[in-house]
Order: sequence, then structure tokens, then C-alpha cells
Amino acid sequence: MNAPAYNFAYLDEQTKRMIRRAILKAIAIPGYQVPFASREMPMPYGWGTGGVQVTAAILGPTDVLKVIDQGSDDTTNAISIRKFFAKTAGVATTTATDDATVIQTRHRIPETALNESQVLVYQVPIPEPLRFLEPRETETRRMHALAEYGLMHVKLYEDIARFGHIATAYAYPVKVNARYVMDPSPTPKFDNPKMDNCPAPQLFGAGREKRIYAIPPYTKVVSLDFEDHPFEPYRFNAPCALCGAEDSYLDEIVTDDKGSRMFVCSDTDYCEGRQAAGHHGSLSAAPYKEKAHG
Amino acid sequence: MVDQAALENDQPLLVATSLSKSFGRIAACRDVSFSLYPGEVLAIVGESGSGKSTLLQLLSGQLAASGGHVSYRMRDGVARDLATLGEAERRFLFRTDWGFVHQDPAQGLRMAVSAGANVGERLMAVGWNHYGRIRDTASDWLTRVEIDVARIDDAPRTYSGGMRQRLQIARNLVTEPRLVFMDEPTGGLDVSVQARLLDLLRSLVAELHLAVIIVTHDLAVARLLSHRVMVMKGGRVIETGLTDQVLDDPREPYTQLLVSSILPP
Ligand SMILES: Nc1ncnc2c1ncn2[C@@H]1O[C@H](COP(=O)(O)OP(=O)(O)OP(=O)(O)O)[C@@H](O)[C@H]1O
Ligand SMILES: [Mg+2]
Ligand SMILES: [Zn+2]
Repeated sequence: MNAPAYNFAYLDEQTKRMIRRAILKAIAIPGYQVPFASREMPMPYGWGTGGVQVTAAILGPTDVLKVIDQGSDDTTNAISIRKFFAKTAGVATTTATDDATVIQTRHRIPETALNESQVLVYQVPIPEPLRFLEPRETETRRMHALAEYGLMHVKLYEDIARFGHIATAYAYPVKVNARYVMDPSPTPKFDNPKMDNCPAPQLFGAGREKRIYAIPPYTKVVSLDFEDHPFEPYRFNAPCALCGAEDSYLDEIVTDDKGSRMFVCSDTDYCEGRQAAGHHGSLSAAPYKEKAHG
Repeated sequence: MVDQAALENDQPLLVATSLSKSFGRIAACRDVSFSLYPGEVLAIVGESGSGKSTLLQLLSGQLAASGGHVSYRMRDGVARDLATLGEAERRFLFRTDWGFVHQDPAQGLRMAVSAGANVGERLMAVGWNHYGRIRDTASDWLTRVEIDVARIDDAPRTYSGGMRQRLQIARNLVTEPRLVFMDEPTGGLDVSVQARLLDLLRSLVAELHLAVIIVTHDLAVARLLSHRVMVMKGGRVIETGLTDQVLDDPREPYTQLLVSSILPP
């Protein structure tokens, strides 16, 4: 084959410029959803075409890309996106959070703290936090414009009325820079505190909905709550069975058909890093390694 | 010493001046002027198509007038022309100092959200941030509108028509508005359900010293609730006065027909 028929990182320069303008506007108005002319990408919408377009627009030849899906670098989705950019942009890829300069994610924020030289790109399916209670787009836009966010608390009220506590576990609404209410969908609320005052810029791309929004570095991000039902980042009350971590977000894994379960870090890079550094959980690392790489 | 409350009651809450509205060639509302005082209930009656709903929309700033203006005395005592309010101010007014009770409760309620949240929404919109207090206040209001507090977590789509209407009233009154607009609030309800709703409205209006502008086909509703009546025909107010006077001793032939129920409702 001759020269590839596509531009660096697949999108043409004009499209990338258009997306960058949307990103710049999003950074200038933290939490505000900026419309953009979302392009067809050579993958289905459910695969995070919004995030892919943002990544394509910001990627440079020296970047090192990490892609995570449910905290793991090894799902089909994560592997495909990583391969896509390795091929179309020729960039280096990694699974190590520390080595990455651009991290595209679907559900999780890495456990390892991010730094100023990194960018976190989120793939977002539903950008509008008010959608659930107010389906009319004209009305939700007006609510954002006028900062009328009572409806957001109606949703939290309903949670408490029904379940006795705020049961929303994913896509938990936040207020950015004391102005716009934003949906960090579909990250677990455990990760919400990591968005606050984060040194790395956070960019959100929704492909089907054609929206880009952002949290600039070191921006205040507050999870909505009630005085008498304060926000609580949820995690299973257990150490990771593999690395013993007590501060990481855990996945529950069913280990046999008798209902035995174990809890392991959802962030596989973090877990493996801890194991390599000599940390142990209640189960030895060996069977897991076999499973993960078998 | 001057009694501040008495002084406030001396001044009109809302003043309409030469209000007009045309839809193309149809003059839905023509040259309507009146003043409404705190605690006063004004009924707007007239046949179908006479411009009652249009007038209500003009008065509540939901529709821009083709001519004339409406001024409203805000909580700070300053009278403002509605047309000069910014959208944020107008919407704020709408969910604090005003209420709007629709004939169709689905227009005034969130049908899929619990009754408690329906009542609590306005409180949350003005910054209440304590679940327990919001819920207690919602419970109080459900009781006041005679809804069993045990139904607080049920959505209004599980409520009867009369209950929905009472819930809509609670949802509006929770921020203690001074003025409530109502468009046929008893329309479509059974007679016995209507009677109960009217009783409730009457006692709430008196208790809360509410000003109300109520649009109705039903002269019995006007008689029971209102102090004053405006009779509309073809977009114009053709007769106005104290309710008993207008209904017992109408001057205009059209009003006489209305009162004698010769005109269809
Ligand atoms: N949005 C609109 N566009 C065009 N014409 C309208 C509109 N709204 C009202 N009209 C017309 O204005 C006139 C007054 O209508 P309005 O709804 O105010 O009457 P009404 O007294 O409330 O009647 P009803 O008792 O049937 O509710 C009617 O001729 C109606 O067709
Ligand atoms: Mg009408
Ligand atoms: Zn672990």
C-alpha cells in the first residue's frame, strides 16, 4: 500500500480545527456544552466517537496514548481505539497512566493522580444532566443559561424518597466552577472528587449528541447534594483481593457458579503496578495474571 | 404611625393598561384596563373564544401584548412593567411570587415525579438544600390541600383528577405567592369534586390573603370565589363590577343572557 488515504489521526485538518475551536470555547466556559459538527467515524456511536474526535483533534506525533474502558486497558473497545490511533497517527500507546500524555476513557478516572502534562478525554453518551426530567431541549438550554438548577435537586430528592439515600451511582451531577451543572456520565460517583481541582484538563466529547464540554485545570467541581444527605463517593467496603488496595474503586467479580465473589481494582494498571511493587491481597496474584493474559 | 401593611394593601398589586393582542386579523383582546389589589379575587367570565385565556397569558407575561402594558408591584414594593423584566426575573417571579393553576394538571405538574418532589421543586429552585425540611414542608402542604400524606411518594399519574388539581395548588402555593392565575381550575371535574376544590380554594385564598385572577366559564365558580367579575365578549371587557352586583343585576344584555344561562357555556 502507498501513503494512507487519511490524514494524521484520521480527521482532516479543517475538521480538527473546528473541533479545537469547540474545545477552546468549552475550556473558556467550564461545564458549558458547546455544540460541534460531529463527524462520522469508522466505528459505531456506542464506541465513543465523541471522545475519539476530541482525541484526534488534540493528538500530536509525540503524544503517548492510553485508552481505558471500565478501568481496563484490555477490553475490545479500548484495544480498538488504541490500535486506531497507533495506525492513523502512528503515536506510541501505553497502559501505564504515568507514561501517558493523553488518556481516553469511558467510565473511569485513573486511580493514579494526573498531572499538568496530561489530558483526560471522556467518551460521553448523554451530555445533558437535565434530560431525565426535562426532555425539551429548548427548556434545558434556557435552564442552563439562567442557572435554574432546581430540577437537578428534584432528581436527588426522588432518589432519597425512594431509596432512603442518594442512589445515583453513575453520572452523578456536578457543578463546575460554581456555574454550570454538568453530567460526568457515565463515570461512577467514586471518581467525582478526582475531577475537583485536577491538574490535567478534562475534555468531554459526545458524538451522537454533538456536544463538547470541559473542565480546565484546577477548577472547582462540586457534587450536588443536600445538607442532610451529603455526597458520598461509594466503594465496596473491602480491600482489593489482588493488591490489597483500600482506596481504589472495586469491581465485583463472580468467581464460580456457587456465587463466590471477589473484589478487585477496576483500574487494572493501578492494580498491576501495586502488585509489581510487592503489595498483596487475600488471593495470590498468579491465577489472576493467568486469567488476564491467558 | 403609619401601618405599613395597610399602606401596601392600599396600592394595586397589578395594573393592566389598554392591553391588546391580535393574532393576525383576530383581535383576541382589546383595550383591557383594570387594577387588582392584594387579596382580591377577580373572575374573568365570557363565552368560548371571548379572549379570557389570552388575557390571562398577557397578564402573566407569557404572551407579549400588541399594545398596552402590565405593571406588577414586586415584593420590594416597586412597580415594574412586565415587558421590561429580563427573562430570568420573569421566570423567578413565576416560581416565587406568582402561581399558575392550569385546567389540565399535566401542564402544571411533573406527572412522573412524586407528589413530594412536585411540591418541593419550587423550594429547591430558590435554593432550599435540606431534604428533611423540604419534605416536611411538602407534607404540610399536602395536608393543607387534603391529600393523605401517605401518598407523598406517589406520582400524580396515580392520583384522581381532583387530587391532581389539589396537588397543583399545593405546588404553586408552597412559596407563598401573592398572586395566583387560574385558567378553568375546576373544568373537567365532577360536580362533587368541583365543590370540594372550590371550598378548599376559598379557604386558602382567605387564609393566605391571596390575590387571584381566575378564568372560568362557570358563573357559580365566579360567585363562590370572586369579589369582582369582568365579563368579556369579542376580546373586550363589556361589563365589570362587584360579583353580586354583576350576577344579580347585570346591566348589559349579553351578561343578562350569560346569567340566565341562555348562552351555552
Ligand atoms: N395562539 C393563537 N393563534 C391564533 N389565534 C388565537 C391564538 N390563541 C387564541 N386565539 C384566538 O383568540 C380568540 C380568543 O381566544 P382565547 O383562547 O383567549 O378564548 P377563551 O375565552 O379562553 O376561550 P375558551 O373559553 O374556549 O377557552 C379566539 O378567536 C382564538 O381563536
Ligand atoms: Mg380559554
Ligand atoms: Zn488491586
